[in-house]
This record gives sequence, C-alpha cells and structure tokens, in this order.
Amino acid sequence: MSATAEPRSTVAPANPRRLVEFVLRARTFGIVGVLALFVLITTAIEPRFLGAGNVRFILSETSLYALVAVGETLVVLTRNVDLSVGSVVGLSAYVSANMFQAHHGIPIPVVFLVGFGIGLACGLVTGVITAIGRVPSLVVTLAMLYIIRGVDTIIVGSGQVVANALPQSFINIFHATILGIPDLAIATAVVVAVAAYYLRSFRSGRDLYAIGSDPAAARLAGIPIAKRVFAAFVLSGAIAGVGGVVWATQYNTIDATAATGLELQVIAAVVVGGVAIFGGSGSVVGAALGALLLQTISSALNVLGVASIWTEAIAGFLLLVAITLDRAIQLRLAAALRKRRVHLGA
Amino acid sequence: MSPNADSNSRGVLELEHASKAFAGVHALDDVSLELHAGEAHALVGENGAGKSTLVKILGGVHQPDTGALTIGGHRVVLAGPAEARDLGVAVIYQEPTLFPDLSVAENVFIGRQPLRTGRRIDRRAMDTTLNDIFERLGVRLDPERIARGLSIAEQQLVEIAKALSLEAKVVIMDEPTAALSPVEVHRLFGVVQTLRAHGTAVLFISHRLGEVFEICQRVTVLRDGRLVLARDLEGLSPDDLVRAMVGRDVLPDAHEKHEPGDRVLSVDRLTREGVFLDICFEVRAGEIVALAGLVGAGRSEVARAVFGIDRYDAGSVEVGGRTLKRGSPTAAMAAGVGFVPEDRRQHGLVMELSIARNIALASLRRLARMGLLSGRTERGFATDWAERLRVKYSRITSPVTFLSGGNQQKVVLAKWLSRKPALLIVDEPTRGIDVGTKAEVHRLIASLARDGVAVLVISSELPEVLSLADRILVMHEGRLAAELTHDEATEEAIVSAATGQRSESGATSL
Repeated sequence: MSATAEPRSTVAPANPRRLVEFVLRARTFGIVGVLALFVLITTAIEPRFLGAGNVRFILSETSLYALVAVGETLVVLTRNVDLSVGSVVGLSAYVSANMFQAHHGIPIPVVFLVGFGIGLACGLVTGVITAIGRVPSLVVTLAMLYIIRGVDTIIVGSGQVVANALPQSFINIFHATILGIPDLAIATAVVVAVAAYYLRSFRSGRDLYAIGSDPAAARLAGIPIAKRVFAAFVLSGAIAGVGGVVWATQYNTIDATAATGLELQVIAAVVVGGVAIFGGSGSVVGAALGALLLQTISSALNVLGVASIWTEAIAGFLLLVAITLDRAIQLRLAAALRKRRVHLGA
Repeated sequence: MSPNADSNSRGVLELEHASKAFAGVHALDDVSLELHAGEAHALVGENGAGKSTLVKILGGVHQPDTGALTIGGHRVVLAGPAEARDLGVAVIYQEPTLFPDLSVAENVFIGRQPLRTGRRIDRRAMDTTLNDIFERLGVRLDPERIARGLSIAEQQLVEIAKALSLEAKVVIMDEPTAALSPVEVHRLFGVVQTLRAHGTAVLFISHRLGEVFEICQRVTVLRDGRLVLARDLEGLSPDDLVRAMVGRDVLPDAHEKHEPGDRVLSVDRLTREGVFLDICFEVRAGEIVALAGLVGAGRSEVARAVFGIDRYDAGSVEVGGRTLKRGSPTAAMAAGVGFVPEDRRQHGLVMELSIARNIALASLRRLARMGLLSGRTERGFATDWAERLRVKYSRITSPVTFLSGGNQQKVVLAKWLSRKPALLIVDEPTRGIDVGTKAEVHRLIASLARDGVAVLVISSELPEVLSLADRILVMHEGRLAAELTHDEATEEAIVSAATGQRSESGATSL
C-alpha cells in the first residue's frame, strides 16, 4: 500500500488547511455577520438605533466587558476558567472610588493603579492555588468569587460611594470621546490589539494555546505549565482590577453588590466570541467581538421596546445557539478531515 | 560539573544501575545503558519489560529511584523533559503527542521558536527550517496546517521532524516504525544513517527484529525490568534475541482447540466514515476471535461501535440473531454483551470505589430488591466473583486504586463475567500487567471460551494473539486486511497484513 502514502502526503496538505482556516475565519465572520444582522433589523424598525449617541453608548458599555474578556480569554485558552472576575471588579470599583472620599484631590492615575494592584493581588492568590497547588480552577475561582465578594461586603458595610463624592473629571472618563469615538473603546481596542499580538507572536503566548490544546503533550514538550497558568490568572486579575475602576466611572454609585454576576457575562462573551471553553483555540479579538455582540443585542432589545425582563433570557438563548453552532461546525470539520484522509489513504 | 568531562570514552549518554518502581512494582531494576556517538543502539524486550520506563527516564519524564545518568561526560539529574531536551536528548514517543490546535510548524518548534527582533516569533524562519527538514525526510506536509486530522503516520513524521530540528546528540525512537508504511520506514532508516554519520547516538526501539538487524550495531535486551543482554549485534541471530527477550525457548503452543457453536455476534458491513470501512465478521459461541493491527488501524473503534459506545454510519450488528440498536451500550448489555475497555483506569473502573462496588456495578438491577441494594448482598456477590477470579486483595471494601494492574483487570473481568455474558469484548486484556498475572488472564479467557462464551479480543501483542485466538482478523487503515485461522497465523503474516503489504502490489516490499 505504499502507493497510498504518496498521494496522501501530496494532496492532503493544502486542502485541510484551507478548510480549517476558512472555518476559523468563518467563526469571526459569523459573529460579525450576526452583529450586522442585528444592527440592520433593529435599524430598519427603529432608525435611532444607529444614531451616534446610541452607538457611542454601546461602545462605551462594551468596553468594560471586552476588557475583562481579554484576561478571561488568557485563562480559558489554558483550559481553565476564572469565575472571580466579577468580584474583583466589584471590590476594585468600591475601593478605588472610595479613594476620592478618603483622599481629596488624589490623582486619577493613582486610582487606576490602586485598582490594578487590587486585581493583581487577587490574581496572585488565585494563580498560586491553581497553578502551583494544582487545584481545579473552577473550584478555586468559585471560592475566590465568594471570598472577594465577602471581603468587599465587610469593607463596604452598609455604605456606598455616590456620584457626587466623585470628581467630575473621573466621571467624565466614561463619556469622553476622541473624534466621536469613546476613549474607553479606544483604550480597550489597544489592549485587545496588544493581547492579540502577544498571543500570536511570543513564545509564552503560544504556550498558552499549547497548554489548553493538550496538557500532557505540553508537559512532554517542556512547557512551564504552572508558570504560564499562573501568569494568565495574574493578568486576568489585574485586568479585572482595572475593569473595576472603569466600572466606577460608568455607574458612579457603588455598593457591595457592584458587578455581581459580571463573570458570567464575560464568560458568555468569550464563548460567543469563539474561544473554545476547553482551551487551545480562539482569540481575544473574537472575545471582544463577542462582548460587542452581546451588548448590541441587549441594546437592540432595549431600543425595540422589548421589556428588559426578556433580555437575559434572550441573551442566554443566543449563547446556546452560538455554542451549538460552534459544536456542529467542529463535528463537521472533524468528519471532513477524517473522510479526506481515508479517501486518499484507501 | 565533573572534571573528567573530556574522558576518552565514546559514551555520549550513560545510565548506570537505574531502578524505578511504581507503587511498589519494579518497572526497572538495576539497568545500565551506554550510547555511543554514531551508533544505533537497539532496545528490545516484550511489552512490559521496562523499555518505555527507560525511555521516559532518559527523556526526563520520570526520575529514577536510584542510579546515575551521565550525558556528554557530565553527571546530570533531569528535572523534566525540557532539561533533557536542552542537554541534547530528543525523544520520539511511541504515541505522538501533538497539539491538535496548533500548526505543524508550531508543534515542531513549540517553546523554542526561532525569534526575530524583540523576541517575536519568526514564522517565516520556522516554516523554512521545517520545510528543509521535511525535504530531508522526503515528506510533503504544509507547515502551516493545523495538526488536527493528521494520520498517525503523519503525526509520527512530525515527531521525527521535531527530533531532527533539535539537532540532538541523542535521538531516542520508541517504535517509530509501528505506524509507518514501508516506504516511510525506508526513508526513516536513511535519516538514521545520516544521523549516525553526523555522530548522533540513536536508541532504536522496535518489535520488528528485522529492522533492528538492518540498522543497529548494538543491542540491549530487557526482560521484566531487568537487563538480560547488552552487546554488539554482530554474531547474534534474531532467535537469540527472542530467546533473551522471552527468557526461554519460544512458548509451546498453549492453544486449545474449541468447537465453535452457534453464531453469537455477526457484524455486517459496519462503517464509520473516516474510521473504519465495510467491516464484516462473526464470532461463534466458544470461539476466541482476535482483532489485530497497528495502533490507529481502527480495532478499538470497531469494538466500541459494536458495544454501542460509538455510533456508526452504516451496517449492522447482530447479537444472538437480533439486531442491536446502534449507539446504545444499554441495548448491548441487555443482549448479553460485556466490554472490557482498553484503559481500565479511565473507562473500566471507578477508581475511588471499592472492589465490591466495582464488581457489582454491572449487576445492580439483579442484586437490588425493590430498588434497594443492601451492602451485604453486594459484598457477598463480589467476594464470590473475586475468589473465582483469584483477585488478590486485602479487603473487598478497599478502593480498587490500591490493587496492582493485573488485579484491577481481574476486577473488570469479574464485573462482566458476573453478568454471564454471551459475548465478551476485551480490548488489550493484558496491557501493563506483570507476566505472572498475564498468564492467568489468558487462562481465564480460554476457560470462558470453553464455557461457551464468544470472545472478541483486541490485542497489540502478537504472542498473545497467536496463543489465544482461534481466528485472527487483521485490520489495516480501517479495513479488514486479512483473516487467518490459528494454524495459518504467524507473526510475519499478521505484521505484513497489518502494514498493508499483503494487499495490492508487491512493489511495496523493501
């Protein structure tokens, strides 16, 4: 059967590659497509939807989710999950906003640094237990979700930070624009671009994919798994910490329940954005687009006058559709690759 | 660093008196090995002789309990695979360990991708280097293609390319030819010659003694974890090696003739696209039929489809004259089929549960009274079967984790035998089991057949297939390539069918 080996290795290479590339690109196109569809339909019914004000608003609102989704993506790529990001955002939001009450005239960059530091610290703890203690991240970050929220509740007590305690320049961050584009959206786009470039072009970035793709093979290849997973959790925490400050600029009134449940929205964005929940494939660009899609949908439902009680159910339904479609595509792809192999081989 | 780094010995790698035990079982016992520059060294032994453990020690995956390792004249302790790699030891593992989501090039270069300014990965350099290597190997594979969907042979070639790209001083090949076609094997041998010419030491592990004699100069034989022979190959015959491996003259044929009864299993034109194609065979009561073939030929997949774990696209499975519902293990069990999976730890046992629980697991409905199961009934039932199969245990209530591999396998067998199956499918019955227990498992299977059970055995161990089976079906790339009776079957006949040399042209022979 030597004859079979020859055609297989000559014919096979180009096709599966194109197929796979096509599908991967189709995944991103798919999100963009659904996004375009939603925008078109909604605009047809209610032209104000595409008004500059509303678009700006959607972009600003998306920024926080997209930002946190970048960190979450790093973790999910390694076949882990970070459920603590919502609590980190909440804690960081309160503590950073409270800085303005405690220290009048504190510079805003310092507040961002404080948020960053809080997130970093949370990420360090999660990272140590998960990566070095080898405890499943689902359990660790679930525990961290409650612990951090608990700490937050103790610190906040029954108090809250209200808008008039915050300097106007801080509140303005959420509304500021450059050439009509919200500053936050630009900043988020920069973070997404940097993360995407890092994941593509640096060894440690590729390691994250390798670890998620096959942990056993990663071990054999000598990849420092613990170190990389640790770093992913620290980054995820730190980004969520910055996200907390963003949250404060956005909502202005912060109590102990701030950003509760945010982690699930972020994970939804990541998954809708085509990052495989079992690691190994996906991109931060996809995750950010996923966040944009979910935000657009909720805004569209809002503009169309769908009662807000429906938005969550509909978002959940779309999540299911996205995952089912993704799974179906993967199965078809695997079958296609297998078939091609045998037809050429036999 | 040791001062005698520049000793005049040609030894590139030296392992002295290494021992390694897993859970108290000696996998390797006082084994020494010396690899020389420019020499291909064969490592042979039966399955379970300790070859893989030795390879993993050299590759930094396992650390020996005792013993010393010297690489390039320096005493070293390998903390992990990366360290072995950095010291110039490349290992091609028997089962390719690729990242399905990464490109071929990334699989080869992961963790040591060529860099350009700013420590960024230089993809172009990566592809060019890999294309050069592929050219040397005579392979045409696209470096940018993702690894998912590569055939086993292609995966193996990627692993070989990885070893070559390391420009290692020592290249260890753990059964590299098992999945390759004759042409590819031939090319691989060319590569081994080139490596030797460049002064690389090669450790070559193969079950095919012909290959060993073709490309190796020295040989080390392991048996039951011990070193039994280490010398130049010259002056040895394949029979000498076999005798050293087995530790006795080749076993007298332990096979007993069974008189096959009624047809129990009949598989008709079973097809799962891309996995196996048009599989037809039957198994009669009291008959042992073996499915042989290379890893990845589709043997286990056929068995899983018959039992209903995997779906199939076309064809039918009949047990006792009735067609089985596809994709339903429950239906298969109801029809009297038992399945002992290949990976007993993952699929055959619930490791945390007790021996009793595990044995009773497939008979719960029968043991329960009014939907309730009493612990005493369960234990009594389990003890009975554990005794019959001579499982060695301290307490029937202790978790199966604590049993040796052989005894774990007996527990899986007990679980199914207690259901009194009409057909038992056993996938790799003796993988990772010590020699003594192995013989016992064989006896057990033979006695089952004597009692009229139809048995379908899947095994990669040719001696096992040859001594157990009444009929041998050989698979090659998803198809049935040959059917041999016990009397027709020889190792050569099975291997040539399994590697596809029987079908079609004679031009394939080397």
